[in-house]
Amino acid sequence: MKILIKNGHIIDPSQGIDGVGDVLIEEGKIIEVRSQKSEVRSKEQKTRTSNSELRTIDASGLYVFPGLVDMHTHLREPGFEYKETIKTGTLAAVRGGITTVCAMPNTNPVNDNSSVTDLIIRKAIQEGACTVYPIGAITKGQKGEELAEMGIMHGEGCVAFSDDGMPVMNSLIMRRALEYSKTFNVPLISHCEDMNLSEGGVMNEGLLSVTLGLKGIPSEAEEVMVARDIALAGLTGGRLHIAHVSTEGSVRIIRAAKERGINVTAETCPHYFSITEAAVEGYNTNAKVNPPLRTASDVDAIKQGLKDGTIDVIATDHAPHHRDEKLREFDQSPSGISGLETALGLSLKLVEEGILTMKQLIEKMTINPAKIMGINKGTLKNGSDADVVIVNPDKDFKVEPEKFASKGKNTPFEGWVLKGAAVITICKGKIYEQ
Amino acid sequence: MKLASKDLLGIKELTKDEITLVLDTASGFKDVLKRDIKKVPALRGKTAVNLFFEPSTRTKTSFELAEKRLSLDVLNLAVTTSSVVKGESLIDTALNVQALGADFMIIRHSSSGAAHLLSKKVNASVINAGDGVNEHPTQALLDAFTIKEKLGRIEGLKVAIVGDILHSRVAKSNIYLLAKFGVEVRIIGPPTLIPKELESHGVKVFHDMETGLRDVDVVMMLRIQMERQGKGFFPSTLEYFRYWGLTAERLSIADKDAIVMHPGPMNRGIEIASEIADGPRSVILEQVTNGIAVRMAVLYLLAGVRG
Repeated sequence: MKILIKNGHIIDPSQGIDGVGDVLIEEGKIIEVRSQKSEVRSKEQKTRTSNSELRTIDASGLYVFPGLVDMHTHLREPGFEYKETIKTGTLAAVRGGITTVCAMPNTNPVNDNSSVTDLIIRKAIQEGACTVYPIGAITKGQKGEELAEMGIMHGEGCVAFSDDGMPVMNSLIMRRALEYSKTFNVPLISHCEDMNLSEGGVMNEGLLSVTLGLKGIPSEAEEVMVARDIALAGLTGGRLHIAHVSTEGSVRIIRAAKERGINVTAETCPHYFSITEAAVEGYNTNAKVNPPLRTASDVDAIKQGLKDGTIDVIATDHAPHHRDEKLREFDQSPSGISGLETALGLSLKLVEEGILTMKQLIEKMTINPAKIMGINKGTLKNGSDADVVIVNPDKDFKVEPEKFASKGKNTPFEGWVLKGAAVITICKGKIYEQ
Repeated sequence: MKLASKDLLGIKELTKDEITLVLDTASGFKDVLKRDIKKVPALRGKTAVNLFFEPSTRTKTSFELAEKRLSLDVLNLAVTTSSVVKGESLIDTALNVQALGADFMIIRHSSSGAAHLLSKKVNASVINAGDGVNEHPTQALLDAFTIKEKLGRIEGLKVAIVGDILHSRVAKSNIYLLAKFGVEVRIIGPPTLIPKELESHGVKVFHDMETGLRDVDVVMMLRIQMERQGKGFFPSTLEYFRYWGLTAERLSIADKDAIVMHPGPMNRGIEIASEIADGPRSVILEQVTNGIAVRMAVLYLLAGVRG
């Protein structure tokens, strides 16, 4: 089947495209992207004479982006299917305009061996609405003690390694992991948290945590690990990616490291530039997330970091939980936000606020994460998978968790009205209309 | 020509000419070893003491046989590994051995620099039989002897050293020796087991066998110590073999006449496939035989220095 997306405002930072034009898709691949002025007759004639069916989508007044790439997703399968499955998680992604997700390894069993990797890939092919790339664990059982079989797992399809949620506290093991990973040229994604400093903490440490009587997690719990991992990246030359940056200090440290030429990249998540710790007030467990929501000055610093390029990527850290788990005492509730279906809408606000241009924003949600993960995604280049999202920038939508495709209804953005919705998402040529 | 020093502490301290002298002398002794009567009276009346502070089978046996073939009186001082020998008591031990009338002290020790310390305190010739992760000079000499015997030359060859370079004194001595002969030395292994600083010694570092082994004349495998596995150097012996084990397929990337060496003891199926270890291109057992001739040459030449 062929698909012709006509007259859309195409933005593809991987090719520097920013203008009105058409995208032609055939057999699940991008065949051609052309600006409106160029001569198209011969192709169109060819299209017309072809036997195969042609579906034309009028994208006038709409944006056409490469399908978004989320490099930080928790799909929960295997082991926690009551929170999310590969099927529901990828459907949620597609709703949010995301066509590629990278699945974190903290499943049960942990994705620390090639059998689990293989299971995830098979399931994703059978049941996934979009493309799934597994991320393997750095250490066996995410225990921070012994390296997992990175080489064999990489061969099986893991594109990066991370002990997300269970940071490698032993600096020697982290050093070895960074060294060893160089063999396969894969990035290590570090969830930066000093587990001793953060122990027992449930929200940002500050006046509000004292007022609410909740145990705080200081910004420094993140920053000391950001600094440590950057030092180790400098020592080893390994590829380091800092996950979910939440503090002003982290932005400063990463900026300085990049200026020194250290091999480091970084991501943040929409909740770290959209809301502050104030969302926790009233003991709202849907605002409990790790790292915790911080202060207004941290939010400003994150935005600045996005603007000046210190932060390369916007990822969701989609962390779905069961309703019952969030309906508990704040201390006992698990951390995490269901983020796949709100990421684009929240991120588009950065453009509206003048923090990023549309092109810069889409870069951070497509080609930048794809490059870091070493995957051929996030682009409309000829021959690449036909992953496309068509966005109506003027369409308002209300965040209604009950309507989420995700099993995780845990969002602090319930009731928000966001501008800019994915109206059509195309994954490898398959059309999902919202 | 004579050697310059009474001691053999490392390859670092030797010139290319001195190395060539050792190899040429060893060649003569190899002929002796082929005879029916394998003993010569060259060093009769002199005494060698083997001081092994670290377990060793093949080096110790090899030295002992070399000494006996030269008609030396041999004393083995086996020091139990449990008694941690500190600098002070090492010197005391050595002075006592000297008082017994030792002409040669062959020392194996877990601390780098132990042989150097000893050499400053005794008049006997000190031979380093392996110190910590510094050097193992007689192993490099016997490796060079074997290469020359098999391939006719050392100069201009390409040699790959594969495995745990970080903890290997054998690799270090070989790198120093081969560099003096203008050999292209490549070291191959996981980044965790390769000190990148070695590049300043002129070696080329590779992390994959497929590129590193291309067209090499010699593949020198090193032993992977099992205890490294739990320390984060590599995830498992299975994965190690998958990426850095020497298999027939990988050996085919090397020159068609390439030889395979290993200082022993081998871990079959971890760093080397059995079919290669036992195959026609393996010279592993010849290395053992050559070790005796090379050590005879070293003892003989050092005796000449002291007169």
